[in-house]
Amino acid sequence: MLNDLREYIGASMSIYSPREDGLYGMLAEFRNPGELVHAAEAVHKAGYRRFDTHSPFPIHGMDKAMGLGNSLVGAWSLGGGLTGLAAGYLLQWWTGAVDYPMDISGKPAFAVEPSVPVMFELTILFAALGAVIGMFAMNGLPRPYNPLFNSERFASVTDDGFFLHVAASDKNFDVASTDELLRKIGALSVEKLYDLDDTAE
Amino acid sequence: MSSKRTDILQAATVAEQSDDPLLVHGGLSFHDITDLVSYHTEKKTPVAWLGAFALANIGLLTLVACIAYLFWNGVGVWGLNNPVGWGYAIVNFVFWVGIGHAGTLISAILFLFRQKWRTGINRSAEAMTIFAVICALVFPGIHVGRVWAAYWMLPIPNQMQMWPQFKSPLLWDVFAVSVYFTVSLVFWYIGLIPDLASLRDRAKTSLRQKVLGFFSMGWTGANRHWRHYEKAYLLLAALATPLVLSVHSVVSFDFAVSVVPGWHTTIFPPYFVAGAIFSGFAMVVTLLVIARRIYGIEDIITVDHLEKMNMIILLTGTMVGFAYITEFFIAWYSGVQYEQYAFKNRAFGPYAWAYWTMMSCNLIFPQFFWVKKLRRSVPFMFVMSIFVNIGMWFERFVITVTSLHRDYLPSSWDYYTPTMIDVLTLIGSFGLFFTLFLLFLRFLPMVAMAEVKGVMPEADPHFYGHGDGQAHAHPPTLSPTVD
Repeated sequence: MLNDLREYIGASMSIYSPREDGLYGMLAEFRNPGELVHAAEAVHKAGYRRFDTHSPFPIHGMDKAMGLGNSLVGAWSLGGGLTGLAAGYLLQWWTGAVDYPMDISGKPAFAVEPSVPVMFELTILFAALGAVIGMFAMNGLPRPYNPLFNSERFASVTDDGFFLHVAASDKNFDVASTDELLRKIGALSVEKLYDLDDTAE
Repeated sequence: MSSKRTDILQAATVAEQSDDPLLVHGGLSFHDITDLVSYHTEKKTPVAWLGAFALANIGLLTLVACIAYLFWNGVGVWGLNNPVGWGYAIVNFVFWVGIGHAGTLISAILFLFRQKWRTGINRSAEAMTIFAVICALVFPGIHVGRVWAAYWMLPIPNQMQMWPQFKSPLLWDVFAVSVYFTVSLVFWYIGLIPDLASLRDRAKTSLRQKVLGFFSMGWTGANRHWRHYEKAYLLLAALATPLVLSVHSVVSFDFAVSVVPGWHTTIFPPYFVAGAIFSGFAMVVTLLVIARRIYGIEDIITVDHLEKMNMIILLTGTMVGFAYITEFFIAWYSGVQYEQYAFKNRAFGPYAWAYWTMMSCNLIFPQFFWVKKLRRSVPFMFVMSIFVNIGMWFERFVITVTSLHRDYLPSSWDYYTPTMIDVLTLIGSFGLFFTLFLLFLRFLPMVAMAEVKGVMPEADPHFYGHGDGQAHAHPPTLSPTVD
């Protein structure tokens, strides 16, 4: 049960567990962004869920092709922003009105109006950090080791390569049929990926 | 591999024949972009770079020496006198913070307005922003007199059990500038991750691979990652936009909230923001005109980019000029004798030379950019961008010094003259700025490669004419599956 949840969350971050024999998945290269989108559509239609596309830049329409919904980074950012707002208010109120109140010309020890700039700045700061931390957390980054790096060809993914990776942990995964599907939809090359940590020989 | 390359090159040719203006010239492919930009971080250090770096280092050492001398002797080494308690330190601080506005404007506001041309210049403009804000942050740190008490600016529990005064605009400034620095740095780093991964995948040495691998965080260009990444980037842009407008507004509160004639005006926040964008864009033009030439990336940072920057310089320069004139009108219309005197004194008093330098550099000279030919002339815009920066430095000088040197009490009037240490500190701050900028040019990709590729027509899946939503069958070009 807990293991399933771990697998599920990992898959949402593009982290998959290898099969017992160390097979991690299959990596197919495509010619260009257009073909990659169509390939993703076809793979999704064939029932695969644990797969991902890799490209040098974000491709318009890929989320839809892969059947992914809206990103939840916004929630992290909102949470951060509200935290910052509350922190800004409490910091100024507590230091000025509670811990060390100072009577200057009979002015109130704390008022919202002059506290707005600092509250605003802290809202922005925490909202921005919330978005960034949320992005890293949901992406499972940093991730220094990735079985994908075992592929020589994959190095071009940050240059001009367009790849589709089907994870071995997908319930529809089968070496022969997945291979056939990837070739049918126009892969330039298909290769098996192993997670070296688990292949002793 | 070669077939794919021809494919993309053919596509590029088709795109060049279409009506849409191309952001990248010269029929470059994705791979060409990677090569062109990455090469400069991978080649042997050029002699010219070393020369420039040595020069910048001399400036940096000057700054360090001036600061050491200041710390040893106290603020008496500066030209401050009794009415003019704010001199070069504040002028330089506002000047550098102002320059630091262009990068975030380009990366955030233009991003929200879907100005795709920003991709060619945003990386270097953001870097410039961060370095300018570092230069700015030096001055509030050193101008406090008792530097060992500088931490009182921050709400840190301390032995006196006292807290900063949150009703002071100077404290708002501490928050505004440090938040701006942090958010700009994060924004810049997030943008760098995919490009650092590009460099990692090209790395020839193990050390380079490890260092870049560390900083690129294991980026693989996965679409599941791009999805969150793009959302975070959009949110950062949306958050940085009000932030960038707030920073210079808060800086202007340092002046506007006081009751000094010539400072106490409500026009300050918008006028400071316009001036900041104006000076920042001028600095970006100065730097990019040189960098694109030396690094041969004129097809990525094109004259079209520079022309658009010049248009913004023209717009904001005119806005700033309009604000100068509005201040005069309001002074007259207010009927307040002190306010009226402050402005008469600015334009015709002992600092008239500074005032008219500012007027001509900021309002009059940019008007040449109405002429398209001049707007697109690289040497002309280079000279003009330097004039604008001189003018904007003088704007801060005029605001700070002319208002202070003659206020309500004629018996306390005086004339402010900077000392050699003041001038050398200013020059030294340029040394710090150029040292950081040269390190950036040497070690980091100066153009956002992933973003430039993303706005090329070849990046659009519909470009390839498979609009029917069906996967196409190509014969596999590589036989048996490799392990």
